[in-house]
Amino acid sequence: MVSWKELELGCTIVEPGSSSKLKTGDWRSQRPVTDYEKCVKCGMCYIFCPDMVYKPNKMGFFQADYYYCKGCGICARECPAEAITMVEEKV
Amino acid sequence: MAKRIGIEVSLAVSEAVKLADVDVIAAYPITPQTHIVEHLSELVADGELDAEFIPVESEHSAMSTCCGSAAAGARTFTATSSQGLALMLEICYIAPALRLPIVMAVANRSLSAPISIWNDHSDLMASRDTGWIQTVAENGQEAFDLILHAFRVAEDHRVLLPVIVNMDGFTLTHVIEPIEILSQEEVARYLPPYSARMRLDTAKPVTMGPVGVPEVYTEAKKAQDEALKAARPVILEAWEEFGKHFGRYYKPVETYCTEGAETLLITMGSIGETAMSAVDAMRSQGKKVGLVRLRLWRPFPFTEFLEAVKGVKYLAVVDRALGLNGAGGPLATEIKAALYDEEERPYIWNYVAGLAGRDVTVENFVEMADGVEAAAADNLKSDYTIINVRE
Repeated sequence: MVSWKELELGCTIVEPGSSSKLKTGDWRSQRPVTDYEKCVKCGMCYIFCPDMVYKPNKMGFFQADYYYCKGCGICARECPAEAITMVEEKV
Repeated sequence: MAKRIGIEVSLAVSEAVKLADVDVIAAYPITPQTHIVEHLSELVADGELDAEFIPVESEHSAMSTCCGSAAAGARTFTATSSQGLALMLEICYIAPALRLPIVMAVANRSLSAPISIWNDHSDLMASRDTGWIQTVAENGQEAFDLILHAFRVAEDHRVLLPVIVNMDGFTLTHVIEPIEILSQEEVARYLPPYSARMRLDTAKPVTMGPVGVPEVYTEAKKAQDEALKAARPVILEAWEEFGKHFGRYYKPVETYCTEGAETLLITMGSIGETAMSAVDAMRSQGKKVGLVRLRLWRPFPFTEFLEAVKGVKYLAVVDRALGLNGAGGPLATEIKAALYDEEERPYIWNYVAGLAGRDVTVENFVEMADGVEAAAADNLKSDYTIINVRE
């Protein structure tokens, strides 16, 4: 964490694209967990995710990036195969 | 060479802005600021001033445009008044936080309701804690000079904060005064070209005004607060330099006949001139009365103010706005706070006077100076009175 003396003038961000470093995954209280036995690779989680967290892996299954996932639960709600469940985050 | 001419103060302010060679003016006309921006748009249209004049659809847009312009590294000016200032207040908080050195003239006017176009300090007080440096002019020459001072202070890399130059609407803006208009060469020697320390540049992209999460907001505001306090010596230095160049020396706190005074009137703005006449009249009757006038309002000049009122018995603090806080005018509450830590404090009575253009006369100032002494003699608890109100 920077002190007030180290902030750039006017709290300006001088490094382009640095928003990708913001760990929004810290906001999460529940995480989506996919049961790949049930997953039909339809990609609805990928389409509905407001933060573009899901990406397909080599097998074609969609996986969530927990660095960014805020745990909103939309993917679990929309999954037609009911393959995604929200699991409480433990410290 | 400087030329002393009879000129409407609004036009003199526009001339100062022209002499400062601004790049961008974004403004919306509002009484009694209109003549300032109207004349600037003429100067741009006539090719006398090489600048962009952006006629926006509201004051909110005016200040937003100014922020964008200053962020791009352009010397930027706007002017407003009253309801217009109230409408742009949201963005007024943003300009100093982003450290954008915009200069704004505010033709001070009361706030509705009832609807009023006339002069008082309601708008000045509404913007007092937005983080802008604020000066207050007493006469036309000061209004002209303070505009040049404002650019010099705002753009100093030790400051980089926006500056408001307050001037009483109509009382100052619409009168014709003999004003010394400096030459372009003289102004250029005092005011160097603006070079932005940080600006929007596609070759080196930055993000101005990002989200400040709880982990950073406090540090950002601390940095801003320190910047405002650090501006103080630069404000004084720029006045000192102004005096060396042009022979007119300005101070954050002006005193008049304070030597040996027991009672001091405290004013801001153009009523200080009437107050001086009142002090002259009272002094000629042997009354020990003087005047203290604040020229610098933000950051508040604590040191100079405490020095100016040292050893005095009574203060009659004259507010041009009603605080609507149950405790009188904002100037008085500020001054009471400034004096809290002093071992010997003067007795204070607060007078709210001259709301929405109502005259404040020499007789009123005499009434105030006598009133504070009488209230102290009667052991009344310090309070406030609205002058000239019909019961």
